[in-house]
Amino acid sequence: MTKCSKIDVLGETCPVPLVETRKAVRKSSPGDIIEVIGNHPESKEEIPMAVDELGLELLDIEEEGDQWKIRIKIPEED
Amino acid sequence: MAEGDKATLIVHSGEFDKVYSALIIGTGALSMGMEVSIYFTFWGLERLKKNELDKGPLSRMNFFGLGKWMMKRKLKKTNVREMDKLLEDFHELGGKILACDMTMDIMGVDKEDLREEVITDYCAVGTYIKEAKESDVTLFI
Repeated sequence: MTKCSKIDVLGETCPVPLVETRKAVRKSSPGDIIEVIGNHPESKEEIPMAVDELGLELLDIEEEGDQWKIRIKIPEED
Repeated sequence: MAEGDKATLIVHSGEFDKVYSALIIGTGALSMGMEVSIYFTFWGLERLKKNELDKGPLSRMNFFGLGKWMMKRKLKKTNVREMDKLLEDFHELGGKILACDMTMDIMGVDKEDLREEVITDYCAVGTYIKEAKESDVTLFI
């Protein structure tokens, strides 16, 4: 069953947003969606880089003031 | 994982800021999907002793510990994750911690003196070279 998990890294700095995202990815299953919310500016650029490196799907990035929300999808197995 | 998606780090220094950098780079590389090994040797190995991870001096401007005290305050204020927690993260993300066998002999360090729960293996230079040859990123810290 597809599950949606939320990771809150508000107020966290390098490398925590990346590390917590990776931990969530490791615990997920194909089809799952992970939502990461934070405000560390560099991580908004770097999490999509990691998504690319890990072969995941970047659904969207929303921004509101300093805060951002990144949604990631774990690809379904072929 | 594509070949070369691997980082191999040597931590030769035992200084606070350098060990911090190694752990940040290590956890960062794991987060980007790489396989990571960190070899602790010479002064770096001291940091794998029980309760010694963050006990090294600053590599510059230590001022008999005053500089380090100020740095630790600043790290806390900036909400940088503590070194112990980073080591836990590194372990949880599957990073390998290797202790240099020869350094243990030279410095009279026994396995019981070290944090065996985080050490993946005890090894020598050959293991490092083999892993470094397969790596895209190698660092000597």
